[in-house]
Amino acid sequence: MIVPVPTPVEDTEGNLRRSDVDEWGRSERVRNVIRTAYEPIYSKWFRVEWKNFERIPVEGGGLLVANHAGAVPSDAPVIMHGIESRLGRPVYGMADYFFRSVPFIGTMWSRSGGVAARPENAERLLRDQGQLALVFPEGTKGPSKAFADRYHLRRFGRGGFIEIAMRTGTPIIPMAVVGSEEAMPILFRLPAMAKILGTPYFPVTLNLLTMGPLGIVLPFPVKMRISVLEPVTFDVEPGLERYPRSLVLEESERIRELIQEEVFEMLKARRSIWKG
Amino acid sequence: MGKRVLVTGADTFWGGRVIQALEDDPDIEVILGLGEHDPSVPFDRAEFVRADQTYSILHRLVQATKVDTIIHTFLVSDSTLAKSRALHEINVIGTMNLLAAASAAGSNVTNLVVKSSTKVYGANERDPYWFSEDTRRSTPAKTMVERSLIEAEALIADFAIDRPQTAVSVMRFANVLSGGLATPITQNLSRPLCPILIGFDPLLQFVSAEDVVRTLEHATRLQLRGVYNVAGDGRLPWSEIIAIVGSRPLPLPSLHHRILMRPLAAAGIYEMPTELADLLRFGRGVDCAKILATGFTFRRSSVAAVQAFGEHLRLDRSTGSEPLTYRYEHDVEQFFRHSPAVVHRD
Repeated sequence: MIVPVPTPVEDTEGNLRRSDVDEWGRSERVRNVIRTAYEPIYSKWFRVEWKNFERIPVEGGGLLVANHAGAVPSDAPVIMHGIESRLGRPVYGMADYFFRSVPFIGTMWSRSGGVAARPENAERLLRDQGQLALVFPEGTKGPSKAFADRYHLRRFGRGGFIEIAMRTGTPIIPMAVVGSEEAMPILFRLPAMAKILGTPYFPVTLNLLTMGPLGIVLPFPVKMRISVLEPVTFDVEPGLERYPRSLVLEESERIRELIQEEVFEMLKARRSIWKG
Repeated sequence: MGKRVLVTGADTFWGGRVIQALEDDPDIEVILGLGEHDPSVPFDRAEFVRADQTYSILHRLVQATKVDTIIHTFLVSDSTLAKSRALHEINVIGTMNLLAAASAAGSNVTNLVVKSSTKVYGANERDPYWFSEDTRRSTPAKTMVERSLIEAEALIADFAIDRPQTAVSVMRFANVLSGGLATPITQNLSRPLCPILIGFDPLLQFVSAEDVVRTLEHATRLQLRGVYNVAGDGRLPWSEIIAIVGSRPLPLPSLHHRILMRPLAAAGIYEMPTELADLLRFGRGVDCAKILATGFTFRRSSVAAVQAFGEHLRLDRSTGSEPLTYRYEHDVEQFFRHSPAVVHRD
């Protein structure tokens, strides 16, 4: 098959659809295949452990906010896999629109729950549909940072995620992830190469040097821990056109610090990169 | 006194359909159809007036007939129908002349309804998945069809400001699927092999021709003001659309599509309009909350529109295309309208 498409469903009565691709491009069938394939990586390779998992809402909208690291970040699939398998509800991973323009990868990304990070998209997901959306406010600055800067969270954009949460009246659920930095450490970057390929960044990773081409996709078997922090709600009226910039930036910085502190706490308790 | 309605593009698919629908409305006293060529469908009571594409006679017509409502269906959103220059003439200059006539002294126009297209939003990887009426497009328009529609809409927006006594509504329609309507999308879907761009499977949104006509009527009846998106509920992948209508995917290059396809285009074998190539990579969705809030309900969702189109294609394959049975004869039409011998129903 040229384009990865879920196989048509048997036409049931009144059901016109031939695939289960939703309006965001996500297919539960594709997610199911991915979850089955990813389960060993999740539980055997990364041995993911959650702290305070019960803070993730079982229903209703929630904006999951986490730190983002590793050349090809493992945090996104791990968080999505963990929540989807335990709660049985979809998680939409918001990422740079760059993916949409890449053939095959863009389609696969979309079918597996990837959504372009635009405020309009997040607002529709959260307010109109009460879904879980996962955002990494560091954007590509997180995964593209050098190994020397590991676990130092980058700037949280311009606080767009705060405005989205305020406007939709959705709680923010901050999450701190440890392990993704060492899963695929960046040794150095080749900006010239990124320019030629049109990618946001072009990393040379330790995985690439030690494992060759396999290192492009294969992370090291580090122990991954995710800590869910207390959900944050804002005492503002939802649905406004705009919110004071100073308030937005202040709240954005507060959440960044919450995650940063929790990351440091988790690193203090970590005895080994491999065993946690 | 009933409404007096002028419909542009009476010789086109859309103008014809709209006029036929208005003819059933007893509140409408006079219907004038304006077109360059002979109408392709028979009209019951509407009067057909021949005019060139830029409406040079429109000024006189508006003055003489005292129309109060103009339904402007003749904005071309299909770039295969006219060359770039002609598109500009029809969409921009035509609209400009129409607005000039509608705002001249002595004009009675209190309602203007325009049929535009969601093509004004473009299709780009930076787009939100759902455009609302006030979302700006992500990148400047590249193609003449998009540029001319945007320019026409800007003229209309100015008109609405300058003439507050006229209720102006612009309806932006998603791609239409309907039997008998030839657009690049319906033509591609009608083939046994339908092009897809390798590695892309965008989510598309459709509206049925019936809902297009119903929205234009709705906007006229309620004298809506402002811009409205009009599209069936939901979006579905191009591959699924191809499967539903019973075609098969034909993979075409997606990267450097235009350059790689140039030999085929030059040989006149196959050419995909730029705006369709964009659409088949990124898709487009529009949010219709605004039109729904005015009390409009769609008869068909996107999926239902695709399904109905698939049924039409299957029927066509079995029976052959329906031949056109109607030919416009001026004398005959005049006879039916004005001869005392004809018994008019009440």
